[in-house]
Amino acid sequence: MTLELVLLPAAGLFSLGLYGALSQQSIVMIMMGIELMIGGLITAAAGFWHFLAPTAPAGQVLVVAAVVAMAVEMAMGFAVTTAVYRADRVDMADMAGELRG
Amino acid sequence: METLVFGCLAVTALTMGWLVFVLGSMARVTFALLAALVCVGGVTMLLGLPYLGVVLVLMTVMEMVIMAVFMIAYMMNPAGLMPMSMVHNRYGAMAIAAGVFLALAAGILLVPWPARPAGEPPADTTFQLGEALMGTQMLTMTVLGLVLLSTMVAAIVLATARGRYDRYGDRLERRVPRDPAAGGTGGAGR
Repeated sequence: MTLELVLLPAAGLFSLGLYGALSQQSIVMIMMGIELMIGGLITAAAGFWHFLAPTAPAGQVLVVAAVVAMAVEMAMGFAVTTAVYRADRVDMADMAGELRG
Repeated sequence: METLVFGCLAVTALTMGWLVFVLGSMARVTFALLAALVCVGGVTMLLGLPYLGVVLVLMTVMEMVIMAVFMIAYMMNPAGLMPMSMVHNRYGAMAIAAGVFLALAAGILLVPWPARPAGEPPADTTFQLGEALMGTQMLTMTVLGLVLLSTMVAAIVLATARGRYDRYGDRLERRVPRDPAAGGTGGAGR
């Protein structure tokens, strides 16, 4: 196992998530794309810690921060989905156009 | 052996991640994402971080169960029984994602990474993390705690159908709250 071997799937997961977050219309599916992107970030952070600086605990703390970001993204995403759906009966990003300039 | 397990986990994670945006049924989509993130947890464990890997797997399982409920509650076509396209600007998104992947891959392959890690990993990585969070990284831990608390408060505020401003007026001036049904502390139409 090498660092490149770990980082390449991480970049793949990130790009797959990016494709989903950009192309999906449903707000819940956009959140799934963002989850995949954070999954790629976690893989990369764990790889960097393992292969470059295993003595530095800050690398592990970065993974903890990414996991917390995942949980926060999920909770706030569902809260916003609920608020938008309650206001307009809308579950698609294209139809939630209140902020369109 | 380690490389073989890692290869299986990585391929499964990528396949499942791809299936998330291909499958029609939302139950299948949710479990595909769950499988992808469980593989990420497995990779984390394989890289010598068993505690973080287990935390990630447990958290993802709970998240996906909640997500399945939300999918069925909000999505137009949760079972995928009506074939319909739920994407916009598909080729633009594909081009951007492919471009990002190529740029990242170029960076990964071209950067001269150090051949050897700087030092030996500690015997107990969980101990290393706990000591850091309770010592030098205490500020990070405190901030993360505050972020989680404010997320709880903000999520409840956003998700509440009728808050105190609906019940007591914009300036909170009503003595008796206006509720749709009488009873409790409220009084309808009073």
